[in-house]
Amino acid sequence: MLGRLASQRLREIRQVFRQLPQVSRSFSTALNYHLDSPDNNPDLPWEFTDANKEKAKEIISHYPSNYKQSAVIPLLDLAQQQHGGWLPVSAMNHVAKVIEVAPIRVYEVATFYSMFNRTKVGKYHLLVCGTTPCMIRGSREIEDALLKHLGVKRNEVTKDGLFSVGEMECMGSCVNAPMITVADYSNGSEGYTYNYYEDLTPKKVVEIVEAFRRGEKPPHGTQSPGRINSGPEGGNTTLLGEPKAPPCRDLDAC
Amino acid sequence: MGLGHLASRALLRSSRLGASKPSHHLLRRTVVSTPELHNSEAAAAEAQPEPDLPKRTPVAGARVHFPNPDDAIEVFVDGYPVKIPKGMTVLQACEVAGVDIPRFCYHDRLSIAGNCRMCLVEVEKSPKPVASCAMPALPGMKIKTDTPIAKKAREGVMEFLLMNHPLDCPICDQGGECDLQDQSMAFGSDRGRFTETKRSVVDKNLGPLVKTVMTRCIQCTRCVRFATEIAGVQDLGVLGRGSGEEIGTYVENLMTSELSGNVIDICPVGALTSKPFAFKARNWELKGTESIDVSDAVGSNIRIDSRGPEVMRILPRLNEDINEEWISDKTRFFYDGLKRQRLNDPMIRGADGRFKTVSWRDALAVVAEVIHQVKPEEIVGVAGKLSDAESMMALKDFLNKMGSNNIWCEGNGPNPNADLRSGYIMNTSISGLEKADAFLLVGTQPRVEAAMVNARIRKTVRATNAKVGYVGPSADFNYDHEHLGTGPEALTELAEGRHPFYSTLSNAKNPVIIIGAGIFGRDDKDAILAVTEKIAKNINAVRPDWNGLNVLLLNAAQAASLDLGLVPESEKSIESAKFVYLMGADDENVDKLPEDAFVVYQGHHGDKGVYRANVILPASAFSEKEGTYANTEGCAQTTVPAVPTVGDARDDWKIIRALSEVAGVNLPYDSLGAIRARIGTVAPNLLQVEEREPAVFSSVSLRPDVKGTIGKAPFGSVVENFYMTDAISRASKIMAQCSALLLKK
Repeated sequence: MLGRLASQRLREIRQVFRQLPQVSRSFSTALNYHLDSPDNNPDLPWEFTDANKEKAKEIISHYPSNYKQSAVIPLLDLAQQQHGGWLPVSAMNHVAKVIEVAPIRVYEVATFYSMFNRTKVGKYHLLVCGTTPCMIRGSREIEDALLKHLGVKRNEVTKDGLFSVGEMECMGSCVNAPMITVADYSNGSEGYTYNYYEDLTPKKVVEIVEAFRRGEKPPHGTQSPGRINSGPEGGNTTLLGEPKAPPCRDLDAC
Repeated sequence: MGLGHLASRALLRSSRLGASKPSHHLLRRTVVSTPELHNSEAAAAEAQPEPDLPKRTPVAGARVHFPNPDDAIEVFVDGYPVKIPKGMTVLQACEVAGVDIPRFCYHDRLSIAGNCRMCLVEVEKSPKPVASCAMPALPGMKIKTDTPIAKKAREGVMEFLLMNHPLDCPICDQGGECDLQDQSMAFGSDRGRFTETKRSVVDKNLGPLVKTVMTRCIQCTRCVRFATEIAGVQDLGVLGRGSGEEIGTYVENLMTSELSGNVIDICPVGALTSKPFAFKARNWELKGTESIDVSDAVGSNIRIDSRGPEVMRILPRLNEDINEEWISDKTRFFYDGLKRQRLNDPMIRGADGRFKTVSWRDALAVVAEVIHQVKPEEIVGVAGKLSDAESMMALKDFLNKMGSNNIWCEGNGPNPNADLRSGYIMNTSISGLEKADAFLLVGTQPRVEAAMVNARIRKTVRATNAKVGYVGPSADFNYDHEHLGTGPEALTELAEGRHPFYSTLSNAKNPVIIIGAGIFGRDDKDAILAVTEKIAKNINAVRPDWNGLNVLLLNAAQAASLDLGLVPESEKSIESAKFVYLMGADDENVDKLPEDAFVVYQGHHGDKGVYRANVILPASAFSEKEGTYANTEGCAQTTVPAVPTVGDARDDWKIIRALSEVAGVNLPYDSLGAIRARIGTVAPNLLQVEEREPAVFSSVSLRPDVKGTIGKAPFGSVVENFYMTDAISRASKIMAQCSALLLKK
């Protein structure tokens, strides 16, 4: 009896220690300052491709000519798609040049938004939703399964450069929780997709990853066979007939 | 009469009682969770207007300027009515009313950020406290600054600010002059409710002047706004978000601005502090002396903080007309040069070429003996760039009594023209530059020659989109400018109206031409001045109500030396000189001196001038003496001794006065008052301390025609190294570090 209690207490203590490293969570993939590395330094040349130059011109044309800097977020997004999912400092410098502002103004934006990755990510960047509804429905297990299957830590890229796992906040698919997002940078900015995979289990998420590894594009949306989009499993249980008209006074009477 | 009076008073009282107290409770919307704060007795008492409030004085001399009297509105601050111009914020209205609102992010001279929320006040009919720094004051607004709601709101803000602020005040250099420390005494709690770990932030390297401890930062963004708006270097930014937000440069980037030291002053906490001053002293141990800077011709107002005989740091002093509240990095950090390379004893060079320390009596006797052995026209005197008016007056009088008039101040060129005061000062005045709408800079790089003037031009360019044209070598500007050419031929084109920039100048209402003092050294100086005057005439820059033709001087002594008429008799006097008196002159070319010339160096630093000297007379530096300096706009200001002189050094004018006695030609003054009286007979404007006296005549119409022709040589840059321009800054270790690290680019 006493032994059981003691072992239970020990488990609790272990549990506490296991969670400790999660106290400081960083949602962005990098530090708030830049450290030079061979594949990320201001001396590396970086430019939009010809196709993307046209796109950038189109994006800038949406804004008044004296407010070019408004285009900073779409242009950074474009640059990120072009550069395989992340923004080296030279790409940010180029964007600053295009919209004619000081580079620091671009760095400010890029560091503010956690969806701009400032370190290398995999071709398939898997983002596990960590907000409460998904967490209650087991997103921690999803993430653990992914990390274990791929053999990486969070925000780390697999050796083959295919996958990386990150965390993000609510994407609004709570009714189909838990979910992950797959940002697919394998085909450059033309074939770029950003799809949700919902109603996941640790087993299913591994299957999805394996499908991506084989080069397939598994169908996105809910992974539960019994559901259509966000509808209930096995068809509707309520609201089966035509909805009743709202109770209303007789307008013609007055 | 008595009855009626009584009745009306009774009515008044009953109506006031009936109206104010109970209805007060009913009418007010209470939205906050603590309604008991609203109908506290303090609030109720305040609702009754008090007719005779004591007169209040505005905070920190806040000035109210009504551009249009019709735009005045009245607001009530704690029941005290105050008239303010439209467009002022609530915080400014409170300042005018004499209520100091706590703040971190708000700064008079920077744009409004409104992100610290410390300045929350209660405004009647507003459901929640408002950030007074960002809220425009509206007519009839009833602002309450000391209600329980305002206090509670500020206490909440303070608790959040202190959550991530380290408790390292005992080792923080800002301790004792920290806004956060001061305001936490008023709004802080003696305990916090935050039990998690505080965050820590990596320190940034901003160069040799600014030390960063970024964990202390409260993200007020004052430094970011200062760098972007005033200094014009977009290096700093806010990176990250939420609790991970930090101030930084993202890529490693030193702050290469000549005004970077000012971020130390505007930082409300100890995140940005002075690197050279780190751990040197506490601010309450320092004695502040209000003095004048001599590192350039601007004459920035400074406070010299000293401890015992040592200058510990230099801070700016507010002067709206000259430096506002900024100073350049050279002004702020060259003080450590005052401790190095100092001359502390009179010395004579012996036959072996080595200096030997002697007594003042012997040194002066030797000088007096030699000066009597040479012919009067072989005597030459050169005043240095740091000389004060008193010593230049004494030197000129002494040499005149010896029969020589070969005396000048270095930097004024071989043939200075002191005939018309308007021909060598900044006629527009530094603050007057703000009214300008077009600038023509001729051979001057104000950013390195006079950083505060440059800050003023930048302010004007930012505020009014004034156009700047520049003639000179390619230079670093921190505002938009048009490079019109490198040589004087661009001026000829402008004078003839052929240059495209001419239309900008001629269409301007208040055009400003600034000629750099660097042209004083050119042979075709008079021709260039003449052609510039022609431009000024063509674009109507000199009018009774506006004088836009300016000269930007380089050195602190220049304006006063020309006021006092330090003009040499002959241009080539130095080549035939037998006796040269260098009064702190280090940059005069002494190579042309004959081998047998006898050189006396009187000064405070063992700098270039000493190499050739035969006798050294130690003098006091600007921080150790009382002296008059006229700045480039002709405003006379005086320095005040902050620290004692080094060793056996004496004030410059006293040395010359003593020498005159030993030489047998007594100068008729033996006190500062007497020598100033003498100055008053030569240049009375130098006695109008801290009051700028504009030049009476304009040179445009009075100058005789010039025969010389304009040369082809392009303008050169006068200041090669911003951080090392005079004896003090050349002796400074901090300035040496700056020029090594910051000038690389």
